[in-house]
Amino acid sequence: MSVRLLPALAVLGVFAAALAALFRWSLLEFVPGSLQPGGLTLANFRAVLAPQYLGAIRDTVVLSALTTVLTLLCAYPVAYALARTPSRRVRSLILVLTLAPFFTGAIVRTYAWVLVLGNTVVTWPVPMLFTERGVLVGLVHFSMPTMILILAAALSHIDPAYERAAASLGASPARVFRRVTLPLSMPGIVSGGLIVFAWTLSAFPTPELLGGGRVKMIANVVKDLGLDSFNWPGAAAFAMLALALTLALLTLVGRLGSERAA
Amino acid sequence: MLRLAVVLLLAFMTLPTVVVVAVSFNPTAILSFPPAGLSLRWYENVLTYPQFQRAAVNSVLVTGMAVALALPAGTLAALALERGRLRGRHVWAALLLSPLVVPGVAAGLGFLILAAALGLLRSRAVLVAAHVALVLPFVVRSVWVSVRNLDPALERAAASLGATPWRAFRRVTLPLLRPGLFAGLLFAVVVSLNEFVVSLFISNRVTEILPVAMFTYVVNYTDPTIAALSSLFIAATFVVVWLADRYLDLGRVFLQR
Repeated sequence: MSVRLLPALAVLGVFAAALAALFRWSLLEFVPGSLQPGGLTLANFRAVLAPQYLGAIRDTVVLSALTTVLTLLCAYPVAYALARTPSRRVRSLILVLTLAPFFTGAIVRTYAWVLVLGNTVVTWPVPMLFTERGVLVGLVHFSMPTMILILAAALSHIDPAYERAAASLGASPARVFRRVTLPLSMPGIVSGGLIVFAWTLSAFPTPELLGGGRVKMIANVVKDLGLDSFNWPGAAAFAMLALALTLALLTLVGRLGSERAA
Repeated sequence: MLRLAVVLLLAFMTLPTVVVVAVSFNPTAILSFPPAGLSLRWYENVLTYPQFQRAAVNSVLVTGMAVALALPAGTLAALALERGRLRGRHVWAALLLSPLVVPGVAAGLGFLILAAALGLLRSRAVLVAAHVALVLPFVVRSVWVSVRNLDPALERAAASLGATPWRAFRRVTLPLLRPGLFAGLLFAVVVSLNEFVVSLFISNRVTEILPVAMFTYVVNYTDPTIAALSSLFIAATFVVVWLADRYLDLGRVFLQR
């Protein structure tokens, strides 16, 4: 091992200590009214599956799945234009517009949606703010930059000669897309989809502000239990659940990636 | 057809930004769009609200310290990843990038419990430690790209001409790593300044940074003050992204061409 790794490993050591503390507390008994935990127990993990939280878990999975599908559909055309435009100016414009929200931070972006969804700009025919619909819009917007970049990277690796060859052999543009471009961009679709799904599973600011307490996802339950009820063991169990789900999905992304490389 | 879809989708991406900026000039506390007039009173409110002033100072302190620690640590790690005699290079790389994949609430609650155990709940040290870990992956990744493009022959040339290893590092290696260092610095600053979820768990009214103060304000008040503060953030971000695209060619960085 190289000594040059040591400073970075010290940083990671602190991070690992925080996660170890989280894991330990998820196994300790919550004593109401006290910040001191009791003995070892699995009660916190049993509580995760209690009826009052099952709704939050179901909403988390459903919203994450819908977000993934909608983000794929919305990001693909933009990514395609980004990867294929011959003009450097158009490419820069798309990149800056795509990346700017990526760089503006969660609170600014989410607050902006509070304004848009809250009937200040237009009056919505159905309620949007503080509903699952509104949260979904915010989550899709939040995931777009990541998905666009992953898809654009995948698309820019496809040699346009394949598409030209299919077209010159008489395939219509729609057929070229369905039979050549789409299958060749599948690796990007799969890894982008899994990454966005994993990311959305632990989304916090979007459901917190756009859900207004009426839409709860896993991360919101962690915050409610940990910061409002001071039930750190209970919150730790939910946080471990989010961590486990995310790691499982991202390991899958890594597996698929190395299989393709092999 | 494609062009229309792309324009509409980019409008969807940009719409919230436009609305925020428009609302920030709204003359009344009741939001309306388009605004009934123009006023700078919310900008004045941003600059004079004591909690934002305090949070802005905290943001500068925390980001400054975190980046000052993460930049050298990440740079050394990137050099080790490419040049060091390492077994399991991929495992080390994955480990160094791992803070990226940990959900914010898990890291935040973990740091909160750790801080309580160490009696550091009122300290800025925990915030700094968390921010260093969260920006480290961005530094490692950016600098690593530059190290990979570095020809070791140049350093050998410096050494054979009589430069000490330190002098060769300072006069040859560092200048050649400048683009990676600059990109790493940029990412680290932007990520740290915007970090919200972890910071929410480990800060209080005295130590909280701007995104946390903004969150608290949004939850409690509905006037356009946050729109004004957001507009300032957005303006700063556009300048940074535009400069980055101009000098770094973001297309190359992100599309790996």
